[in-house]
Amino acid sequence: MKILNDLFYSKFHEWIKFDGESAVVGLTDYAQSALGDIVFVNLPEIGDEVGVDGSFADVESVKAVSDIYTPVGGRVSAINEELLDAPEKINQDAYDAWLVKFDKITEKGELLSAEEYKAFVESIQEEA
Amino acid sequence: MLVFEKSREGRGTSFLPICDVPEVLPSPQFQRKLPLQLPEIAETDLNRHYSELGEKAYGVNHGAYPLGSCTMKYNPKINEEMAGLSGFSEIHPLQTEETVQGCLEVMNLLEKYLCEITGMTHFTMQPGAGAHGELTGLLMMKAYHQKHGDTKRTKIIVPDSAHGTNPASATMAGFETITVPSNKDGGVDVEKLKEAVGSDTAGLMLTNPNTLGLFDKNILEITEIIHNCGGINYYDGANLNAIMGIARPGDMGFDVIHVNLHKTFSTPHGGGGPGSGPVGCKKFLSEFLPSVRSEEKDGRFRLVKAASSIGEMKSFYGNFLIVVRALTYLMTMGKEGVLQASENAVLNANYMLQKLKDLYTPAYNKTCMHEFVLSLEKLKKETGVSALDIAKGMIDKGIHPPTMYFPLIVHEALMFEPTETESKETMDDMIEILRDLYEEAHTTPEQFHSAPISTPVARLNEVEAARNPILKYDWPNEKGDI
Repeated sequence: MKILNDLFYSKFHEWIKFDGESAVVGLTDYAQSALGDIVFVNLPEIGDEVGVDGSFADVESVKAVSDIYTPVGGRVSAINEELLDAPEKINQDAYDAWLVKFDKITEKGELLSAEEYKAFVESIQEEA
Repeated sequence: MLVFEKSREGRGTSFLPICDVPEVLPSPQFQRKLPLQLPEIAETDLNRHYSELGEKAYGVNHGAYPLGSCTMKYNPKINEEMAGLSGFSEIHPLQTEETVQGCLEVMNLLEKYLCEITGMTHFTMQPGAGAHGELTGLLMMKAYHQKHGDTKRTKIIVPDSAHGTNPASATMAGFETITVPSNKDGGVDVEKLKEAVGSDTAGLMLTNPNTLGLFDKNILEITEIIHNCGGINYYDGANLNAIMGIARPGDMGFDVIHVNLHKTFSTPHGGGGPGSGPVGCKKFLSEFLPSVRSEEKDGRFRLVKAASSIGEMKSFYGNFLIVVRALTYLMTMGKEGVLQASENAVLNANYMLQKLKDLYTPAYNKTCMHEFVLSLEKLKKETGVSALDIAKGMIDKGIHPPTMYFPLIVHEALMFEPTETESKETMDDMIEILRDLYEEAHTTPEQFHSAPISTPVARLNEVEAARNPILKYDWPNEKGDI
């Protein structure tokens, strides 16, 4: 399981990379491996406003369709259109296959550091 | 090979009678420019084609089919006999009421029986499947709130163990879904439910027993919480087979319900069915029922439309011949038989669970209802053999796999529902096969990744099928496309 040090994480298994007032959000490596092969991605529209813990996208794997929740609130400024045709890129490199960019972060939910996220994933794996 | 590929110009069957009414051509703008592309095939070859397909397929006539939450029970042949009677099969939906009194009586009688089993006041036979019933029920709930000017009720509460169709239907009906987590016993977390409800709650959708095969003991408290805040309780009848004749959703506080005739009431399931998902409701919702119902007065039956009906959910009377089959089932079973079916369904599931749980980890280690869920997470960690691999391995041993990776709250889930129609011997076979597979997962894990090897086609590439589905036949020549 790959966890990058310079990113923040959510308990819903998204990664967030901040750049000043804007941010990029994607799915973690743990999430893609738990989901299995992703076959379809549904992304929001540019300009959509999303609140903390709101569902802004969904991914479909051979197992199930899952909502993706954002740990930050803001306006969607860009979407990774490449994923619409090639959802497998999330499986290939979850940290390269970003989902959306927010240009103005209006609020932040509970964010974990790489270390905290690692501990969190280990705790849910032990539970199971 | 597809039937289209067997087509040879000029061949045909004599199934259709000679046209005995004058031919009428529609005006040129509505006429096809190219002939209709249908396979031309002789009756012999057509017969063999379907027999071949039948041999390649696996159905409940071949062996056990323990798909969890699907209730793949045996479909008694007397159902087919009754549905084949010409008085049922050779009628037209536009015939006058006087000429189809028997058919109307069938609809009326099944409605009565379903009301008795579920504790509802009225039923519509129109919905064509379970999820279609959900949409119907939700639109009725919406119509009720709208009629009372309660337009701020926009949220439907769904537990996280629910069938995926529940949130999907709620969204289709224009509601927003609020998910409530399960507690450690697999039931609805009542405290979290209390936090989730409010003046914007339109209602709750719940299956009981739920998709973990567990009966929610807090059900009366749950439905009361929803009623107290002005919401309506919807019962997803997918798992009715566990409680049919024993407990009634209507008595648990549910107001509207769908039942799956193709699950609980032994009508064909899978392979085209067709399905049927009658929707029942308490009296306060009856005025919103779709389409028409059959009512009796002085020994005559007539079709009656509800006062504030939500309209038509499907053409005419739903899948009427399925209604005939379900009624046949109930009349054959009788009051005692219905009860016994549920009891045996629960007994069978518990028998299998008890015989497997020392090897496979139950998701919830307690007495189950008609189905149970195993988590293969430990097996996957130890051997690399996943729930999918075991399911494929089962195919090689000649049995149909159970439901996989559902419900989503259980990792590496396999969900079994043997139903009441499997004998102890059949279940013992299944148990032995599953125990063998467990051993093989430890001794020869690598063999699982290529399973199945004994089927007409080997392991299918599910990812490729989902990403690049081929959904239509391409004729080798150009004449097919218009």
